[in-house]
Amino acid sequence: MTTLSDLPSSRVLPAWAINLILLGLIAALWPVNRLLADQINPYVVQVLILVGINVILATSLNLINGITGQFSLGHAGFMAVGAYTTGVLVNYLAAQGRLEGHEWLALLLFLPLGGLVAAGMGLIVGIPTLRLTGDYLAIATLGFGEIIRIIITNTQSIGPFEVRGSQGLRVPVISDFFWTFAWVVVCVVCVWRIAHSTKGKAFLAVREDEIAAAAMGVNTTAYKVLAFVIGAFFAGVAGGLQATYFFLIDPKGFGFMESVTIVVMVVLGGSGSITGVILAAILLTWLPEQLRSLQALHVEDYRMVVYSLLLIVMMLVRPEGLLGRRELWWTRKRLAPAAQGGSAVSLPPANPPA
Amino acid sequence: MNWTRGEDERRDMPLLEISNLTVRFGGLTALCDFNLTLDAGELVGLIGPNGAGKTTTFNIVTGVYRPTRGRVTLAGRPIAGRKPYQINRLGIARTFQNIRLFGGMSVLDNVLVGFNRSALGGLAGTVARTPGNERRERRREGEAMALLETFGLADRANEIAGSLAYGQQRRLEIARALATRPRILLLDEPAAGMNPREKADLMELIRFLLSRFDLGIWLIEHDMKLVMSICQRITVLDHGETIAVGTPDEVQNDPKVIEAYLGEPVA
Repeated sequence: MTTLSDLPSSRVLPAWAINLILLGLIAALWPVNRLLADQINPYVVQVLILVGINVILATSLNLINGITGQFSLGHAGFMAVGAYTTGVLVNYLAAQGRLEGHEWLALLLFLPLGGLVAAGMGLIVGIPTLRLTGDYLAIATLGFGEIIRIIITNTQSIGPFEVRGSQGLRVPVISDFFWTFAWVVVCVVCVWRIAHSTKGKAFLAVREDEIAAAAMGVNTTAYKVLAFVIGAFFAGVAGGLQATYFFLIDPKGFGFMESVTIVVMVVLGGSGSITGVILAAILLTWLPEQLRSLQALHVEDYRMVVYSLLLIVMMLVRPEGLLGRRELWWTRKRLAPAAQGGSAVSLPPANPPA
Repeated sequence: MNWTRGEDERRDMPLLEISNLTVRFGGLTALCDFNLTLDAGELVGLIGPNGAGKTTTFNIVTGVYRPTRGRVTLAGRPIAGRKPYQINRLGIARTFQNIRLFGGMSVLDNVLVGFNRSALGGLAGTVARTPGNERRERRREGEAMALLETFGLADRANEIAGSLAYGQQRRLEIARALATRPRILLLDEPAAGMNPREKADLMELIRFLLSRFDLGIWLIEHDMKLVMSICQRITVLDHGETIAVGTPDEVQNDPKVIEAYLGEPVA
């Protein structure tokens, strides 16, 4: 029998060392942030932050669509919930004159709070809709996204909080590169660790075969709802980051097309591949920006034509996405092979039942 | 590894007891007044012609269908009507007639699925990779590898389950079921599609499971040679009715059984 000591450690570094490195990485974002603010063209910084927000959105949707296999078209709805929660609260503080000097505290509290409200929405929406599968689930989540958008469009205020409906809501710019990429690290690490733990095998099992997963003791509904809630949380945080960086949030920005754009990132990157989806999110944010130069040459806007063509070619050439289900690198080292022989007849001697 | 579960349950009752189990789908009675007891260490067969209701019986016991009438108890606790994942956690695991592995996952990951008990439990530890979580992950990997080794699949641990040879997929499905630590194991045609050598290996494996693990095995199988040589008792179903119960010898010579398989005797 293989003993525990025969198993090579499945990671190169101990977990606490990796955790320290990740904290260091987040801390290192701070000087980078200052550097960016001082030196680099603000347009570049803006694109970088948009990349970060889209990476969070795509990675969190990947947990739902790619890893757990539940096709959701409502991600922009969760994003809107987070954006408006964070935006409205920041505005409230600003109106009271208490935001000045406390921007970091507002972000520290209100970004996760926006995520939590979105997660709560994920729970409420997930429990009834996750009984559905495939097309039906897609339509139900699409409906949810539209409901959120229309409610926001028609809400002027909730109690003391200004929402301003279809006019859009102005939010002070208090977020920056640091906050965005700190959350990118948190989101990617969370989803990566969930997917690569024994717990993650249950999410994957739900995607592979629900009946077999249930026969293995996996509460498939609970795992689906959990994936939905975690995904909604990070979508809400991404919405909050957007609200606190891009001056204005508008319900039109959280419509069906936004949800589809995120789904496209997941599908193009390879559903279930975390690194693939991150690559796709970067590519699909950067590319339309690059294509702006094309727009400058002609009067007509050919950007979306090129973008759409790229998607069509991609799906024809690599329907499984950039990386399929693989990752850029393979973390689990090979486990020690068993003693040769391997047939069921060469079994160890029978022991009395335990 | 401790495969038993200490819970407040009736030790004086059979581990699995099925009484008057009936299921109707619309006007069709798929199973009628089915009875069975199964204890740890026992190997019981369920046979019958195609469409007799064998897999339906497994599906009711594992919670896929709700019975119209009847009781199923596990160590005295009624389980009929519970959800499949709950029944698995109470101690009944199964394999499927048409293999249902998680085809896109590795062999090791297929087994690791069986170690998940609750969706929320350990979630924070998983994300933070706390020392306790790391120990638990190692322990689970170790247990899963030990199980794969028992089934001669350890050297395939990192391969995609769907790429295994047919006989190995059947074995992996049994290994995966055992990862949930069942007290009752239901095997639905485990020898289907196997060559004679694989069947011989399988018989050896089933005998080994009985001696090594503290569990009872209930087996659906069409291969009569296999069933007759390893089962202690056999139930024969035809059109949902139990037509014979007994030892392999008794069942083999039962005129009703011969009729069900070969048709009515000529005059």
